[in-house]
Amino acid sequence: MGMKKKITLTNPSQESRRFSRRIWLLGISLLTLILILVLRLAYLQIFRHERYTTLAQKNQLALVPITPSRGLIYDRNGILLAENIPVTSLELIPDKIDDLDVTIEELKKIIDIDEDELEQFNKLLNQRRSFDSIPIKVKLTKEEEAAFYINQYRFPGVTIQAHLIRHYLFGEALSPVLGYVGRINQQELAQVDPGNYRPTDYIGKVGIEKYYEPILHGTAGNEQVEIDASGRAVRTLKRVPAIAGQNLYLTIDSKLQQVAIETLAEKRGAVVAIQPGTGQVLALVSNPSYDSNLFVKGISAKDFKKLRESPEQPLYNRALRGQYPPASTIKPFIALQGLATETVTPEDKIFDPGWFKLPNSTHLYRDWKKIGHGWVNLSDSIIESCDTYFYNLAHEMGITEINTILAKFGFGSKTGIDMGEELGGVLPSPAWKKRYRGAAWYPGDTLITSIGQGFMVTTPLQLANAVATLAMQGKGYKPYLLLKSKPIGAGAIFHQPVPLEPITLPEDDWRLVLKAMQEVIESPKGTGYVRFGAKPGYTVGAKTGTAQVFSIKQNERIASQDILPERLRDHSVFIAFAPVKDPKIALAILVENSTLAPAIARKILDFYLLNNDENNPRDPQ
Amino acid sequence: MHLDLPLLLGLGLLIGLGMLILYSAGGKSLMFLSQQAMRLGLAASIMIGLAQIPPQSYRTWAPWLYAVGVILLIAVLVLGVIGKGAQRWLNLGLFRFQPSELLKLALPMLLAWYFSDRPLPPKLRQIGLATLFILLPAALVAKQPDLGTAILIAGAGFCVLLLAGISWRLLFGLVVTIIAIAPLSWHFLKEYQRQRVLTFLDPERDPLGSGYHIIQSKIAIGSGGLFGKGWLQGTQSHLNFLPEHATDFIFAVCGEEFGLMGGVVLLSIYAFIIMRCLQIAIRAQDTFSRLLAGSLALSFFLYVFINIGMVSGLLPVVGVPLPLVSYGGTSMVTLMASFGILMSIQTHRRLVAS
Repeated sequence: MGMKKKITLTNPSQESRRFSRRIWLLGISLLTLILILVLRLAYLQIFRHERYTTLAQKNQLALVPITPSRGLIYDRNGILLAENIPVTSLELIPDKIDDLDVTIEELKKIIDIDEDELEQFNKLLNQRRSFDSIPIKVKLTKEEEAAFYINQYRFPGVTIQAHLIRHYLFGEALSPVLGYVGRINQQELAQVDPGNYRPTDYIGKVGIEKYYEPILHGTAGNEQVEIDASGRAVRTLKRVPAIAGQNLYLTIDSKLQQVAIETLAEKRGAVVAIQPGTGQVLALVSNPSYDSNLFVKGISAKDFKKLRESPEQPLYNRALRGQYPPASTIKPFIALQGLATETVTPEDKIFDPGWFKLPNSTHLYRDWKKIGHGWVNLSDSIIESCDTYFYNLAHEMGITEINTILAKFGFGSKTGIDMGEELGGVLPSPAWKKRYRGAAWYPGDTLITSIGQGFMVTTPLQLANAVATLAMQGKGYKPYLLLKSKPIGAGAIFHQPVPLEPITLPEDDWRLVLKAMQEVIESPKGTGYVRFGAKPGYTVGAKTGTAQVFSIKQNERIASQDILPERLRDHSVFIAFAPVKDPKIALAILVENSTLAPAIARKILDFYLLNNDENNPRDPQ
Repeated sequence: MHLDLPLLLGLGLLIGLGMLILYSAGGKSLMFLSQQAMRLGLAASIMIGLAQIPPQSYRTWAPWLYAVGVILLIAVLVLGVIGKGAQRWLNLGLFRFQPSELLKLALPMLLAWYFSDRPLPPKLRQIGLATLFILLPAALVAKQPDLGTAILIAGAGFCVLLLAGISWRLLFGLVVTIIAIAPLSWHFLKEYQRQRVLTFLDPERDPLGSGYHIIQSKIAIGSGGLFGKGWLQGTQSHLNFLPEHATDFIFAVCGEEFGLMGGVVLLSIYAFIIMRCLQIAIRAQDTFSRLLAGSLALSFFLYVFINIGMVSGLLPVVGVPLPLVSYGGTSMVTLMASFGILMSIQTHRRLVAS
């Protein structure tokens, strides 16, 4: 079969014959190799059978996973927010139980197992392997444990196991930040290393627990043990310890967070407080809320439905995902651009008869004050929240300039906070309207945008961060929640503030607008003078807003909100920073169908700025 | 419909038996089983689709598929995402794609195309070029590092050389060269790959470390005996002693529960499928189809031999699944695709003949 070098022409029949010969040869070789495999199996299964049977019976090695303990979560002052508590649970190994139904019926006679727990168990039963240990009841009482141990001999394949489970010390107050952990499901298991999660069972589902899952979880260890025929561990041969997850310290001030949620009380709304100059989020409140602890054990379908379908929407994180019109709180930002573009000077005055009219139009754009504000300059327009002044400014400046300044302050785009659930709001422009509404931009749209109504919506987080940037005269930071993380046996890792692109505007413009915001509270004409309350004992810059939910006639406000059903009443918006010089806190508050935002802000700021003399300083750094 | 009944029969038997084993290995989890069934369904529809395309089209596409495959392999090395500590995936958003799988088909196609319009047996220069065609993707895959797949790709390639009529002297020379180079390659192996080779040579060296897999699977198979412990009755796999018992080591479950008899039945089904593929190769009428069919048949055999050889302790542990039985694995799609191509070669032949 040697290669004959002289043949250069293709000879199909010779080629075909050679090919057939080689295929035959290949076939015979492959069959021989398969026969070798069979012989190998025969060797193992016949000649060595007894030896391996003995090994299988008496010298079994098992790999027992060791669960890592989940990192704890503290607030900025070291107050513990989420811990792990030991609980015992009743678990079943289906493979070792002859009749599962009978066993469960018998168990029910000595331990109370309700429908929800059974439902949860059946769900797990379908997901797990039949030789896994599956919990049927978590958090046994001492009495239940005792009752089971007395009867244990009757229940082969049923055991009591000790576990650590997550416990949240502040329940509803911190759930908008922390989120919760729950039992891992198939989809989540597909995204992580299953070996690392098999012993854990739990994974962060929402909030900080989800976002920082990779560092909170830790690394599973394992123990190689020799076990006897009944499955009992005889001795440990090798041990790879688990590595605990990192402890997290949040930027949140949990006391401030609690004051905020208590002050909101029955009201639906959100509060976001940020430390200007770092971007650290001091409070992130959404009310009403839910108790994170409900989800740890596995919430029943009934309870979950109740939460999900409640008209109060407790599962809805208003601080991150609520998109509301900013209303008049947008005015200081627009005023800055008016000055920067020299569209107006600080001295320019307009006369406000209570309405504004576009040239060549008869439509009246009304001011919230029916009789008008009379002669107003830029400062007055912020202090008194004069709509007409801003209609006029917006008309002269145009939508592009409005968009420019609002985009610089972060409106219309996500802040990038380390939580991952936020929405970006809407910063409307002609291009936006064409794309999403399929309509042309009208001059009237520009006017409505200038008073923070119409298409414009923002999340409380975006608004608070814009206020922090404003208070720092343009030197903004990306808001963040993780102050530092501390791996076991190592130093803490501090997370540094991330500066945003600074907004550079003339010094005088900043001072004028910030001064006007201070007057909102201090001047008797100011819209916050009465509602925030006098003489706070610190300086504060603020702006009020009233976001329209419902209007009887387009662009016309209703004389009395009281005649409307509650859900149709205006939302109350309030932004503030304090002290005016060297601000320590910036906040945005939104209260649905209410007028109370300024009063709530007062209580929060009073607590934060006046309670410093306690043993518990608000900011230890 | 262009389908080959004997192949369909063999595959059906194999998949049926595979599902039985998987049900036990997966701890009677129906979810496990249904995910596998969905994957098989997808792979089967790809097989049926590919069987309808005439072999001439594959011949036209061959160089392009190969070029795309090699470019993607390089892309994986450059920007691949980390999957299980190794870079093998290309993230396409909706799903993750392994270019090395494409090469398993594209390389034999390219070589079959290359030799199809040249006089055979090939000249030395052509063999040299073909060897380069083989080594380029094999080296890229080995670098990922995925030794098992690299061996499968190179094996399929050298099979084409063998069938093209390379002289025995030359083949012998190549084999000797490779054996001579093998010790040198020790320096290029990753630490864990070296461990595997050392463990293979002496499993008792580290019974709780890297020898654990081999010892445990030999105990499982050996304790199965002639007739096995019975379906769902295996203790080794069910008590979690046997690692990866649903994926690469699934044959140990078969050996434990169905014994030697089960192993012989499973190997007979594999042998039947392989012989049918070789028959298709012999009957094929043009050089391209012959070389391709023969090479695909050998690839399939290599899977079976390497996997069972590894699980029974004959070969070192390399990550090769038991074809169409192991849980998951992107290789399932590639395997079924190769059966689609084989069916196309077999059924379009009749059309040409008549």
